Amino acid sequence: MMSPSLLISGGHLVDPSQGTDGIGDLLIAEGKIAWIGDKGTASPPPDLYTIDATGLVVCPGFIDLHCHLREPGFEDKETIATGTRAAARGGFTTVCCMPNTNPPLDNQASIDYVKKTAQTQGVVRVLPIACITKARQGKELTEMSELAEMGAIGFSDDGDSVASSRIMCLAMDYSQALALPIIDHCEDKELANGGLMNEGWVSTRLGLKGIPVAAEEIVVARDLALAQLTGARLHIAHVSTRESVELIRRAKEKGIAVTAEATPHHLTLTEERVMGWQAGKNDQLTYDTNAKVNPPLRTKEDIAALIKGLNDGVIDVIATDHAPHTLVDKMCEFGLAAFGISGLETALGCLMGLVHSGELDLVTLVSKLTLEPARIIGTKYGELGTLSPGCQADITLFDPNKEWVVSSQGFISKGKNTPFEGYQFKGKVVATIFAGDIIYQADDFADVFHFTKQGKKS
Amino acid sequence: MKVTESGPGTTIPEAFPPPLMDVWQHRHILDLDDFTKEEIELVFEIADAMTEVLTREVKRVPTLRGKTVVTLFDEPSTRTRASFELAAKNLSADTVSLDASKSSVVKGESLVDSLRTIQALGADVIVMRHSQSGAPYLAAQHLNTNIINGGDGWHAHPSQALLDLYTIRRHLGDLTDLKVTIVGDIMHSRVARSNIWGMTTMGAQVMLCAPPTLFPRGLAGFISRCRLPNVRVESRIEFALEGADVVMMLRLQRERQQSGLLPSLREYIQRYQLTLERLSLAKPYALVLHPGPVNEGIEIGPEVAHGAQSVIEEQVANGVAIRMALLYLIAGGKNK
Repeated sequence: MMSPSLLISGGHLVDPSQGTDGIGDLLIAEGKIAWIGDKGTASPPPDLYTIDATGLVVCPGFIDLHCHLREPGFEDKETIATGTRAAARGGFTTVCCMPNTNPPLDNQASIDYVKKTAQTQGVVRVLPIACITKARQGKELTEMSELAEMGAIGFSDDGDSVASSRIMCLAMDYSQALALPIIDHCEDKELANGGLMNEGWVSTRLGLKGIPVAAEEIVVARDLALAQLTGARLHIAHVSTRESVELIRRAKEKGIAVTAEATPHHLTLTEERVMGWQAGKNDQLTYDTNAKVNPPLRTKEDIAALIKGLNDGVIDVIATDHAPHTLVDKMCEFGLAAFGISGLETALGCLMGLVHSGELDLVTLVSKLTLEPARIIGTKYGELGTLSPGCQADITLFDPNKEWVVSSQGFISKGKNTPFEGYQFKGKVVATIFAGDIIYQADDFADVFHFTKQGKKS
Repeated sequence: MKVTESGPGTTIPEAFPPPLMDVWQHRHILDLDDFTKEEIELVFEIADAMTEVLTREVKRVPTLRGKTVVTLFDEPSTRTRASFELAAKNLSADTVSLDASKSSVVKGESLVDSLRTIQALGADVIVMRHSQSGAPYLAAQHLNTNIINGGDGWHAHPSQALLDLYTIRRHLGDLTDLKVTIVGDIMHSRVARSNIWGMTTMGAQVMLCAPPTLFPRGLAGFISRCRLPNVRVESRIEFALEGADVVMMLRLQRERQQSGLLPSLREYIQRYQLTLERLSLAKPYALVLHPGPVNEGIEIGPEVAHGAQSVIEEQVANGVAIRMALLYLIAGGKNK
């Protein structure tokens, strides 16, 4: 049975794909966007749900180019069922999952498993990213052509940068023919040498081994050179340093086919967060494993460069790098704790801070979460990241001014590992719509949802 | 301090008043970064009384009778562990000595669970040595038992720094404006880090000296961000030693050379070993300290290690008094 039509009325429509930025109505029928236009001008069918979106932003469903759903293999950290529900709560209707599962997504069967599980147990679209090399060992290429046919939207050995420049070069040659991006977690493991956090004054104070910024920049520079050589599409994952931004800027000026992403945490937190410092407070010294992430949290100057990069278009996309872990993975010595932040459910609140502070405008933010990642994914899965009539109705509604306090206990994700615990955010997802169905609605906004049988004729 | 006299010149530490809580603010001893000058002086004052106890024929007072002190060490240690255990025994505490490298930690139990078990067994104080920086902070976060950091990774070794300060004070008095030169593997040294806090709090000038590969890269930022104008950095030992009142040599682990941080031990010995000739660049009465264990012939020449200016053995003896003072301050006040 087809779900009734849905009218989203009076919201602030933001759709960078059509240049939309104003108050209007949106009509959804049969799972697709049926109509978009000025408030009150829609001619709705008799039976419908309405959402009174006054004061809310209505935009295409967010697309996360980089997350870890952990299934198969690490179901104690996250499953496709919980991860996609966490995504919905965060306003994401499409998530691209990284292949560092067990078994890794380096073969047809694993990709197939993820896709089938997502269809039966997931609530949002799950697009797999396949491994560059078999078992992410950096030695032999995967059957990239077949994996592309299976639906991989790109290739990455995430977490394990391909150390061999020769293998990386071959991967780019091969992927170039498939027109899919190579997505690299840029890290020279040799230079990082088991480091635990950014190399700097905090690592010195805490007596923790540091990861120099150059460990990232060396591989960014290498990959850019290889992208230029091969003509392949390159996507740099979670850029964290000022110099990486500059390298990518220069490469784009030269016309190299590179795109880049930054994460909400790298855009807002500094290395001081590791020792428990929060803005405005000088708390007791701690070793906060929830702030342990790779690449590590850097400095104010790096944050400024990343934000400038977003505004200039050097950084195309904001991706969460959602990396859920169990309590056991994190409640241990800093050096033994797992790297990663559970980020799907805090992304919007965190990023809206940048909008409220005037560092990023709302349309740019929405673009980095919708249109830009959609461009990188391409149209293999239909048109994503748009409110254009005829396209699948994947929509996020959020209240840009709603204040809320982060509590990991309320996370749907199994990963409660957040450095934002107790933070007050301004900006909250109200509802997430996937293919016309409301797959998430926030408890504290029940009054905006109505079901009416208006103008019913006898 | 007020002490009860039981005879001429004899103090009875069991009748110590409870620690002066208006001065003493610590439930745990994790590092010296949050110690005030007054607190450090209080430790010294009590250590003086404990030193007196150590001169007696029966070096034992009942101050911590009925208390249990557990030492949990996951790294080999002779002096720190023995020193804490003797300190606890001298105060009549019961001691339990656990080797983390052979215990439940190896069986897959998490550190927090192991510590909770020790707490449940009735430990009043846990002295822990851990190879991971920050491990005692994790313990302090999850336990009610008092924690003393017996050295964590590269981070801190507060009881060592206190005994270093105490040893210097006993020879040179007030530490204000003394020039203390610390030479060696600064990057990996918890002793150096804790001493930076302790020395600067007491008003001393600290000169750090190491080969460029054994300084942490963030050191300059650390000095400026933590507002430590009295800390300076110098790679050439001859300049670093000039006019020093105290020279503290750090142990050089041979693994450092194997991991490529040093071209050769030979070059380290040539450039950085404290010889009599180099020591002559310091003040004539300069003290020579070393936290041990000493690699004689590597970071320090035998003629210096055993020379007239060396107080290395005295450091060890003072370590017992300092640790008695710390145990008393942490555990002695509760049942009074």
